[in-house]
Amino acid sequence: MSIGHTLLGLLEAGPRHGYDLKRAFDEKFGHDRPLHYGQVYSTMSRLLKNGLVEVDGIEAGGGPERKRYAITDAGITDVQRWLATPEKPEEYLQSTLYTKVVLALLTHRDAAGILDTQRAEHLRSMRILTDRKRKGDLADQLICDHALFHLEADLRWLELTAARLDKLSEAVTR
Amino acid sequence: MNTRQWARDLGLGARFAVTGGREGWVRMTLTAVGVGLGVALLLLCTALPNVFAARHKVEDARYDYTYSDKVPPKADDTFLIAATDTVWHDVDVRGRLVEPEGERAPLPPGVDSFPGKGEMVVSPALGDLLASDGAELLRERLPYKIIGTIGESGLIGSHELAYYAGASGLKLTDSSPVHRLTGYGKPDATPEKTDPVLLLMVLVVFVVLLTPVAVFIAAAVRFGGERRDRRLAALRLVGSDSHMTRRIAAGEALAGALLGLVVGTGFFLLGRQTLGSTELLGVSVWPSYLDPSPVLAALVAVAIPAAAVLVTLLAMRGVVVEPLGVVRAAKQRRRRLWWRLLPPLAGLAMLYPMIGKGRGSGDFNQYLVIGGVLLLLIGITALLPWAVEAVVVRLGKGALSWQLAVRRLQLSSGTAVRMVNGIAVAVAGAIALQMLFTGTQSQYTKATGKNPGRVQMQVDLSDRKPLSGVEREFTGTKGVRAAVALAVSQYGDARRDPKNSNGLTVGDCTALRELATLPSCKDGDVFVTRTRSHYTTPGNADEIAVVKPGRQLYIDPSYGDATERGIEVPWTVPANVRVVDARKDSLQDANSLLVTPAALPARAAPALFSDGAYLRLDPSVPDAREYVRNVVARIDPLARAYSWSATEEDAKYTSIRTGLFVGSAFVLALIGASLLVSQLEQLRERRKLLSALVAFGTRRRTLSLSVLWQTALPVGLGLVLATTVGVTLGSVLLKMTRTPVAMDWASVLTMTGVGAAVVGVVTLLSLPPLLRMMRPEGLRTE
Amino acid sequence: MTTPPPGSLLTARDLRKAYGPTHALDGAEFSIHPGEVVAVMGPSGSGKSTLLHCLAGIVPPDSGSITYNGRELTQMSDAQRSALRRSEFGFVFQFGQLVPELTCVENVALPLRLNGSSRKDAERTARGWMERLEVDDLGAKRPGEVSGGQGQRVAVARALVTGPRLLFADEPTGALDSLNGERVMELLTEAARSTNAAVVLVTHEARVAAYSDREIVVRDGRSRDMERAI
Repeated sequence: MSIGHTLLGLLEAGPRHGYDLKRAFDEKFGHDRPLHYGQVYSTMSRLLKNGLVEVDGIEAGGGPERKRYAITDAGITDVQRWLATPEKPEEYLQSTLYTKVVLALLTHRDAAGILDTQRAEHLRSMRILTDRKRKGDLADQLICDHALFHLEADLRWLELTAARLDKLSEAVTR
Repeated sequence: MNTRQWARDLGLGARFAVTGGREGWVRMTLTAVGVGLGVALLLLCTALPNVFAARHKVEDARYDYTYSDKVPPKADDTFLIAATDTVWHDVDVRGRLVEPEGERAPLPPGVDSFPGKGEMVVSPALGDLLASDGAELLRERLPYKIIGTIGESGLIGSHELAYYAGASGLKLTDSSPVHRLTGYGKPDATPEKTDPVLLLMVLVVFVVLLTPVAVFIAAAVRFGGERRDRRLAALRLVGSDSHMTRRIAAGEALAGALLGLVVGTGFFLLGRQTLGSTELLGVSVWPSYLDPSPVLAALVAVAIPAAAVLVTLLAMRGVVVEPLGVVRAAKQRRRRLWWRLLPPLAGLAMLYPMIGKGRGSGDFNQYLVIGGVLLLLIGITALLPWAVEAVVVRLGKGALSWQLAVRRLQLSSGTAVRMVNGIAVAVAGAIALQMLFTGTQSQYTKATGKNPGRVQMQVDLSDRKPLSGVEREFTGTKGVRAAVALAVSQYGDARRDPKNSNGLTVGDCTALRELATLPSCKDGDVFVTRTRSHYTTPGNADEIAVVKPGRQLYIDPSYGDATERGIEVPWTVPANVRVVDARKDSLQDANSLLVTPAALPARAAPALFSDGAYLRLDPSVPDAREYVRNVVARIDPLARAYSWSATEEDAKYTSIRTGLFVGSAFVLALIGASLLVSQLEQLRERRKLLSALVAFGTRRRTLSLSVLWQTALPVGLGLVLATTVGVTLGSVLLKMTRTPVAMDWASVLTMTGVGAAVVGVVTLLSLPPLLRMMRPEGLRTE
Repeated sequence: MTTPPPGSLLTARDLRKAYGPTHALDGAEFSIHPGEVVAVMGPSGSGKSTLLHCLAGIVPPDSGSITYNGRELTQMSDAQRSALRRSEFGFVFQFGQLVPELTCVENVALPLRLNGSSRKDAERTARGWMERLEVDDLGAKRPGEVSGGQGQRVAVARALVTGPRLLFADEPTGALDSLNGERVMELLTEAARSTNAAVVLVTHEARVAAYSDREIVVRDGRSRDMERAI
């Protein structure tokens, strides 16, 4: 996730102090990892340098977190471009798990067991996410769903692999 | 919407029907068999006029009576013939004794050469019967040598029992049943004028039998319709519009109907052979008689497929096939009554003008009769859906099984009603006919005045010699309790034109004891009974007053200036004349004056006439009548022995009635079969649901009961409607024949009972499959 | 016959069931505690549904034992098992389970009526459950007039209306989109937990299985209990 673009986007609603920005970010996107002040400071200075934001005012008492930032026209254009640019799909090649399965087959270990264990682990994660989703608000639900769908995709790969273990075993031990 | 497009869509549908995989074939087969059964029945009916005509033709061709006073002189081409019909276990055997009097005497139809004395030619059925076990008595009765068989041209049916036996020395006298003829055949076969009432019955019977068949065919075309609709949804998905879809559906039905025609023809040919070799209610025919008239057959061939297309298009009207499934219009339009009332009202309107016609006041208009009856019966199929809907909407409370059934009927009563329509029409028609038959029965059934409780058999001898002692031939015959052969004559109180005259019966003491209770009897006694029969008042005081001891009476007095004078034998009433009580079970109660032979002067003998023999049988001897007939055949082959019955029916009336029973049996069986098929199909549709219901613990009894209610409700309503229409139609028909309208509740109950029984049997037969379908295997989806 | 684990509501041991030549179950094991939600997973044709049918006493297994609450299911008559299903079990299937001619509320009231409740009482209770499953506005409609998700909620209400101790759900969301499916699962598990009913949940979808407390996997008619396997 581009923190710079996210902060820019938050500024579009109106000028904010750095402290407010961090709070807004944490509230909306930082469920897993809250931002450090330092991160906000360094990002804002980079944006300032690139002319995407400007300082709207400084409160008495000074300190970097006391600066009020406002987005520039160039900033708005940048956010627009970012949102419009598709993300490159991430292709996990299941490298670790795939490696484990092939190795198990080559060493005549129980590959199905590895898959089952992994499935159980995936399901455990999914249960936690489902539980969190149930208790959370809409934003929570959306984020958890994203993770759930990814995990589900993994699981489907696991199922497919489990169903094809015999063929795979033939291929790798040949 | 041009013809090409129509043809293309219909063709497409037909192709779907054929290439629809296993399910398609099952559907096709069901429709084809259903339509086939209907077609076979229709073809049979179209052949019926031919059957009657053919039988009539043979009967005319072998006609061998003459009512002419002029007896042709014996010649080279004459023959003597005498009817010796007999009965074998209630089946008539047509028998003739023939004696050619010259070289050129014509042969009876179907016979190749005259049988000599002691020989006979027999119909194949009689040949088989004689050869079978248990026919010893008949073999004894017909002790002739079989030298050949009678051909088809001499028989009215494959199962007719008939023989021609050779004879010699047949005597042609006034009283004998021997005729001298120069040829066979009715001399002037003038067409009989058909009794309009009988004609009315025939027409109504036809309409009543054929209408359910039509209704049945309409239902058969819709066999498997619900699955088909789902298949059609798939067609909508790939882009056929709703009109196309309907035509494609019609095409499928058309294919089924065409196959049904083929199957039906097959059934018909099979049935023709079967009917040709079997006998139904005493009627058998030759297969060749069952040739449908070409025009009617062509009509069937055109009408059935056309009807199939029409019915499907009509039925699809209420069904919206959407690309993703079949919608049976969530908010169904309530059925409206007014146009449904039109057909029955129109039917009544067509029949009304003919009230009071018939007998003596002109014929009925055949077209109006057919149209009226048809419209009334078809009206049932229009009214029933409305009635079921109207009633079912108001129901709902009650046990769970009831609720399930009612709700199902509320949602779609169409299928259930379609099933019941046929039964309702058949029952309504049958009730009307029963009323017509019962009402007119008295006109076609004559009381014989004979009481079978007294005399079981009577023998008319060809030789009318009185007091020949013929009754002694029966003493010792198995199953005969008493036999009397009596002579009768007339007496009066004057030689000519007597003021008081009456009949007298002559017989020996044994014989007279069978007529009255005699304290004692010896030859020479005379009795007069205290009561008399055949008079409005049973008291016999007048006659007792006439028959006073010593009074001069005359046997066989003369009347007026009659050319034939009586013998006028004077007879003095002997002093010992006694008044006795007549037996309630008297074997002959024609006269009250009972005289033993010695009490009469010898001169009176020519005045006596033999009255044949009267027999009292032992009901516990099963073959008593057969033994009697054998004795009769031995002592007097030309004698006629017959059983007494209280009534006798007009033969034509009887045959129409028989035809109705035969037809009704067929139609009801057919409708029962169709009911079963659609019932099973309905169950199959709901297999998954049934399994789910069983899964969460529904008792099988609840489900079975709900299926029963589901059928019983529309059937009950259908029968109520059928009774109403049937009674109305029956009343109108009776009014048309000027017969007082009387309700014959017994036959109404019988008919509705039969209808209900058919449904009951069908429900019973569908229970095992229902139980099977409720098994949890139905839940399996993989 | 081995004794069931302590506290178990339903335990099955060594279940075998063949349909013709195919072995739908080949030594399957199962156990569930009161209030527990157990997912039965596995690929199509692995025997999941057959396991459910056997556990619920719908189909008798060829061999093996099923103990419910101390009673041996395989030794009960068909009528006894039917009575058990009526009073102690609830069922939700993928589709084809609502009686099309009954209204929704009548469908929900159906199990109560099977148990002999009066129509009025049954429908009052039914309405309460329909409210909990957020379909109380559908009472007078027929199944054909409601959406798939609504229909499935009606089915869940019907499964719970008798207060069953054990709920069997066979692909309850199979015909629904994910949003509707999840809502149905949420309502189902919530309602089950609130009444302490155990749920046997047959599904091939991991996201549906994630609503369970634990899962067992059926493959080739044999079951693997993942918690115990670890």
